[in-house]
Amino acid sequence: MTWTPDQPIISLKAVHKSFGQLEVLKGISFDVMKGEVICIIGPSGSGKSTLIRCINALNDIQSGSITVEGQEVNDPGLDKLELRKKVGMVFQQYNLFPHKTALENVMMAPILVLKQDKVEVEERARKLMAKVRLEDKVDAYPGELSGGQQQRVAIARSLAMNPDIMLFDEVTSALDPETVKEVLVTIKDLAAEGMTCILVTHEMGFAREIADHIYFTDRGVIVEHGPPATFFAEAKDPRTREFLSQIL
Amino acid sequence: MTRAIPGVTAAATTDLPVLLSHRALYAAPSEIGFSRWLANLPPWAPFMLVAVAVLWPLTAMAQGTGYTTADALDALWRWMPFLIFSGFVFTIIISFMTMAIGTVLGVFLGLGQNSPNRLIAKASWFVTQVFRNSPWLVILFIVMLSFPFEFEIGGVVIPVPDWMKAVIGLSLPVMANISEIVRGAVNSVPTAQWEASESLAFSRRQTLFRIILPQCYKRMIPPWMNWYAILTMATPIVSILGVEEVLNLTRQAIEAEDNHPELLIPFYSFVLIIFFIYSYPIARLTVRLEQRFAVKL
Repeated sequence: MTWTPDQPIISLKAVHKSFGQLEVLKGISFDVMKGEVICIIGPSGSGKSTLIRCINALNDIQSGSITVEGQEVNDPGLDKLELRKKVGMVFQQYNLFPHKTALENVMMAPILVLKQDKVEVEERARKLMAKVRLEDKVDAYPGELSGGQQQRVAIARSLAMNPDIMLFDEVTSALDPETVKEVLVTIKDLAAEGMTCILVTHEMGFAREIADHIYFTDRGVIVEHGPPATFFAEAKDPRTREFLSQIL
Repeated sequence: MTRAIPGVTAAATTDLPVLLSHRALYAAPSEIGFSRWLANLPPWAPFMLVAVAVLWPLTAMAQGTGYTTADALDALWRWMPFLIFSGFVFTIIISFMTMAIGTVLGVFLGLGQNSPNRLIAKASWFVTQVFRNSPWLVILFIVMLSFPFEFEIGGVVIPVPDWMKAVIGLSLPVMANISEIVRGAVNSVPTAQWEASESLAFSRRQTLFRIILPQCYKRMIPPWMNWYAILTMATPIVSILGVEEVLNLTRQAIEAEDNHPELLIPFYSFVLIIFFIYSYPIARLTVRLEQRFAVKL
């Protein structure tokens, strides 16, 4: 099956995932179109992070189907490396490589994985560092950067692979309040350029501003979803309303 | 209630249990315990001990056979260059070769223990445990007696001298301990690093060699050096098998000097001292490196 841009770029159907006895995802289904920005919100332990980690096969699923650009992720014969070239991911704890400088962090994957020319990759990496407003920190090691700066390097590192889709797993949760904004601005720029983004976030204001669609998950199911305008104003489910009342 | 808090000079007074410094009941054994012990010895201690041992018989000299400690020291002086340049240099060569073989095999075995292939991981674990927990002398005897004294490869006869077998025999327990160092170091890197490089489409091999190992080789150096010191101290056991290293030659020298009992303490003390002089700086360096890497990480 070949994928065309008018079909969903990501499609989840009845996804079930358990860790041993513990069932974390109990039948999640949704579609994401190319260029859409999706925010997943919900209380801790509701399976949000697990959900997006399944999309780039960091976690496997027990049943259901996940397709990325028409390719089935829940397939034992899947070429995970090919999938991950298309899907970038940014983590809560940045996870930069501490033995490499910021620029080397950004350059490593294109050179080693995509076998691209070093000179060309370096040029692109410097542009990406400028894009995340860190052109003056290219030679700094991760340990010398603030949390917000590290997270922006991590975003640049993912972008260097030219992914079609970006996954953001609570990327601002470990940051100081002052540095949250600089990371959110970077993500907003990306979304404005038409990158397909899936964000797990606790930043409700940001979700309202940036998302095309919001999904609220609780205990492994999608309780409610909708575009931000209706989602925040007209939440119907009591669980959603309770969550929103606590957080807003 | 007062209790000293490390780094705080003024006596702390508090009734709040959370503010009391925690008293750990158990501390994991140090990875470099041997080096730490050796490095903490005052450097004059072994010399002092030997001096006392050597000089003690002087007071009881009168009752002897006429062969005095002075004669023994004179004999030692004559034998010294031979014992150092033929004996101890050979000991060092054996320790280098053993360490080289043990390290190469141990790195493979350690990575094998971390293999995603269950069979390889289990087999590597098993081999590691067998050689780590067996008596060195038993391993040495098995290798010595079961290895052929020569190989024939394509009509060419390659002799395997005893000392080469001893190197192989000693390298097996070293290999097992290096394997544990590598396994522990690889596991000490947070799994998040694996995930980050997986999400960038690195293969497992690239992740291991480009991301994980470069982060932990510094951690491995002090315990690796510690094992070198332990190994060096253990090499004299190969003298039992007839390898002509420093201990064996010392025994032969004493025999050549007519086996006077007065020779024993000066000669064997000398061997002790050269081992100390060689290993002590290594131990000091090991402890220094460990402290430096621990702070930087």
